[in-house]
Amino acid sequence: MAAQLTSRQELLLPVKPGFIAITLIAALLANLLPWSGWMLWLVPDFVALIVLYWCIEEPRKIGFFTAWGLGLLMDIADGSLFGQHALAYSILAYAGIALHRRVQRFSMAPQILHVIPLLLLTNLVVLLVRALAGADFPGYAYFLGSFTGAALWPMLSFLLKLPQRPRPDPDRV
Amino acid sequence: MEHTPPPLFRTGPTPLARLMIFAMLSIVLLIADARFNYLTVLRQITAVVIYPLQQLAAAPAAMGRRVSDFFVSHGALRRDNQQLTEQNLELALAAQQARSLEQENANLRGLLEARARVSAPTRVAEILYAARDPFSRKIMIDQGLQHGIEPGQPVGDHIGIIGQVTRVYQWLSEVTLITDKGHLVPVLNLRTGLRAVLAGTGDDGRLELRFIPLTADYQTGDQLVTSGIDGVYPPGLPVAEVTNVERNTAYLFANITCRPLAGVNSHAQVLVLGPLPALSERPQELPADTPKKKKKKS
Repeated sequence: MAAQLTSRQELLLPVKPGFIAITLIAALLANLLPWSGWMLWLVPDFVALIVLYWCIEEPRKIGFFTAWGLGLLMDIADGSLFGQHALAYSILAYAGIALHRRVQRFSMAPQILHVIPLLLLTNLVVLLVRALAGADFPGYAYFLGSFTGAALWPMLSFLLKLPQRPRPDPDRV
Repeated sequence: MEHTPPPLFRTGPTPLARLMIFAMLSIVLLIADARFNYLTVLRQITAVVIYPLQQLAAAPAAMGRRVSDFFVSHGALRRDNQQLTEQNLELALAAQQARSLEQENANLRGLLEARARVSAPTRVAEILYAARDPFSRKIMIDQGLQHGIEPGQPVGDHIGIIGQVTRVYQWLSEVTLITDKGHLVPVLNLRTGLRAVLAGTGDDGRLELRFIPLTADYQTGDQLVTSGIDGVYPPGLPVAEVTNVERNTAYLFANITCRPLAGVNSHAQVLVLGPLPALSERPQELPADTPKKKKKKS
């Protein structure tokens, strides 16, 4: 039974720190794109998604400081309360690091099931902070982004692993 | 895959301890920001870091607009041209009338020795993006401290008011829309001259008039303009139109919803109106029941 749940293990090259940095900047860029209307509700928080991905895949290379710093940048970009994203991403990073051994062993579908609650948790932290600051509940559509984010997980995982796949050696027969 | 040998002695604090440290740091920042507004300088500095990214992210949309501007059809151009010529004629006529009215008004005001109304200088700004924050209605525009923008300046489009500048960074600033929850605009009903306070609800396209007595004369279709008593918005600019009036005798106040007139969400360019001259200080002896002042959400 357990053998069916686990994914086939691949031998991957070590990830370059530069590549992690590029993906994080790209995620920040995607968050800053001028989304409007209903897309605003549907678009996932790309930074949260990428931070979670790297915390699960490479917990020794990315940690709280990166997550927290990115959170501050997101707070500036959104003009929201200073520190709400920082807090949410720190908690997300902790969850990712704490669960990384477990999530890595699973195949794609169970991985998505792990990702959904973690992204929802991030949303919930932001919601809680804003509620304490006196904001209204923005409606259940607020949580939609987590699900689209989780739906993007397989693609993300495939794309981000591409540079780590060893190229076939043309000299070998 | 781990390629470094496991560090036996130099592991640092555990993840939980790190989480505690960073969570505490975030909470300190949150409290400092929400309660005391201490962090303006820190915000300014961090904003400079993210500025190139903001510009880069806004680039595709700006480029797309330019490309679609380039590929307009001949017919569309002619139609636009005709429309604009007609509009120009109408406006020229209106301007003539306005000039004579202005003259007349200046004379009358001179007679009354009233303070001349200042026509504030305007500045065109481009909307970079709408903030992704579902709890507030804010947009970012591409004019900032370097262009002389100050917090509190009203922002509008060619129809009316859309909001006011609430935070200014080096090269861009943040505009809180009138639909933001907690944003208040003092308005005047054009038909009746009644003054009221128009509040944002946090919903796009819905505003409400608060604390209006059941018997007050409000009808669907009434135009609301700024009254100018707050010293933030210049008087006489269109803000909203009453869409629904509900008088339920079970409540003290009428339930009046309005629709913002200006395209709060639909423009690429907006106008930043110049700062108004500061109002004279309110005398201290006055009792508390003076007309409600504009409250700015910080």
